[in-house]
Amino acid sequence: MELNVLNADQAAASAEGCSASACGSSNDQMSHLPDSIREKVQNHPCYSEEAHHYFARMHVAVAPACNIQCHYCNRKYDCANESRPGVVSELLTPDQAVKKTKAVAANIPQMTVLGIAGPGDPLANPERTFETFRRLSAEAPDIKLCVSTNGLTLPMHVEELAKHNIDHVTITINCIDPEVGAKIYPWIYWNNRRVRGRAAAKILIQQQQKGLEMLVAKGILVKVNSVLIPGVNDEHLKVVSKIVKEKGAFLHNVMPLIAEEEHGTFYGVMGQRGPSDEELQDLQDACSGDMNMMRHCRQCRADAVGMLGEDRGSEFTLDKIETMDIDYDAAMKTRAIVHKGIEEELAEKQLKRERLAGVKVPSGPVAANKSFRPVLMAVATSGGGVINQHFGHATEFLVYEASGNGVRFIGHRKVDQYCIGNDTCGEKESALAGSIRALSGCEAVLCSKIGYEPWGLLEDAGIAPNGEYAMEPIEEAVMSVYQEMITAGKLDAESELKKAEV
Amino acid sequence: MALTIVESCVNCWACLDVCPSDAIVSAEPHFLIESKNCTECEGDYADPQCASICPIEGAILNAFGDPINPKGSLTGIKPELKDDALKEIQAR
Ligand code: SF4
Ligand code: SF4
Ligand code: SF4
Repeated sequence: MELNVLNADQAAASAEGCSASACGSSNDQMSHLPDSIREKVQNHPCYSEEAHHYFARMHVAVAPACNIQCHYCNRKYDCANESRPGVVSELLTPDQAVKKTKAVAANIPQMTVLGIAGPGDPLANPERTFETFRRLSAEAPDIKLCVSTNGLTLPMHVEELAKHNIDHVTITINCIDPEVGAKIYPWIYWNNRRVRGRAAAKILIQQQQKGLEMLVAKGILVKVNSVLIPGVNDEHLKVVSKIVKEKGAFLHNVMPLIAEEEHGTFYGVMGQRGPSDEELQDLQDACSGDMNMMRHCRQCRADAVGMLGEDRGSEFTLDKIETMDIDYDAAMKTRAIVHKGIEEELAEKQLKRERLAGVKVPSGPVAANKSFRPVLMAVATSGGGVINQHFGHATEFLVYEASGNGVRFIGHRKVDQYCIGNDTCGEKESALAGSIRALSGCEAVLCSKIGYEPWGLLEDAGIAPNGEYAMEPIEEAVMSVYQEMITAGKLDAESELKKAEV
Repeated sequence: MALTIVESCVNCWACLDVCPSDAIVSAEPHFLIESKNCTECEGDYADPQCASICPIEGAILNAFGDPINPKGSLTGIKPELKDDALKEIQAR
């Protein structure tokens, strides 16, 4: 048996941390899509893992009102469907939003996508949303537009959406069964009335599904977001995934419910729990069989400006924008040159990847004629596709699965840092225990360095610490560790039995 | 007769967009209803529109000063049923 390191380049890309525009999908997940769709997503920082290191997007907060209530949202803050809970964006008028977008586009030529995601539901604010879109389509035609919605008023806006330079629409769909919906949405505002409970959920679901169908019929890309709520829609999301795919959504992104009491949401206050990392991963696995899943999304801030984790928002505050004199026609020329350069670079990478795809990693002698179960490993990295972070400095780990089929990226695990500096180390023990909990299910953790104390605790927890692959590419290292485990007999049936007895 | 908005309002704009009488103004620290313009939606709609979309319990009062959306009315859980709901939700 030979083990294939799948798309080493692409794996390197997926390892880079990007908190501002950090959602995307790896290229192998894209490969089954028809060419027309693939072309559309190629330059999209949210969908193409490759592009999201070169192109950037931004959001403008022009849409404050909402027409439904989700139990995981507190309307003091931004729409929880698109933003992290507890985030407040500076509300802009359409005019301010257009100015800001042009200023950013002129200064950051990599900015190719402008989104409206809140702070409420964009389509519950049709005038503000569409004025922004209308003006940008006319004044900055080289910028693609995107919008996200809860779907309630989507069908009546499809015509208008189709008139603009709309790249894609995101619909948050948490259920297709009104019984489930009644546990998520207490009410909607519909036909000038507040409608509650099951009746409300039924209307919302019908509108979402109809909107999805209409957009697909118009050839507009649709992405579906779902919030995984344990005990409410967890099993149900498998059906949702299947149906939205059948109807033509090109991506399904399952996000974990985040419910904390201090956010003041209904779920937070009532003690509804969010999913564990394993529950999220299991569901994503269950859905990915029949759906393009996004695993990279880290619930970006709605008004983030910039790329690769930088939030350059402070460069573009309202008063600074007012004083900027933007010659957009000139900016567009510069932008076109920059975009062309990036596209050439991407094309080159594509060629390189095709060459690399043929490279095989020779397997160890023990591996011959045998297949072994897959193993999850966590990796500490600060980017660049290599293992280059100290265990104690990692704020998140990337989880990979190694198996006979190669190495694949599974997802992110957030952790609290246990060692931020000298004076904060008092909390060390409990936070360290938290890191270890975040790694549950993993059998090894690869990092550049690791302290003595966590080493012992990790071993006790059945997670093998490994600092031997510092500065090495992630996928190769994960595969090597997998090989070592096989060679050492750790994955043999007997040792499995022993493990079970212990 | 007119409705009023009180300080628990979160300035979300929803009511302003749906008022048929242009009676609502965006203001700090919270939105306000100009009482001379508010018709309570009489003649336009069966229900006062602002209070039908407002997401905050207690933020809009009727002419008698009572909240149109009292506690528990927007979460769908009446205060006396809260303990049962807590138990059910925490068991998930
Ligand atoms: S659609 Fe967004 S803004 Fe509206 S209630 Fe749901 S999460 Fe909140
Ligand atoms: S009751 Fe009707 S008229 Fe009065 S403020 Fe509310 S929406 Fe406007
Ligand atoms: S809908 Fe309610 S919370 Fe929103 S602005 Fe009006 S009164 Fe305030």
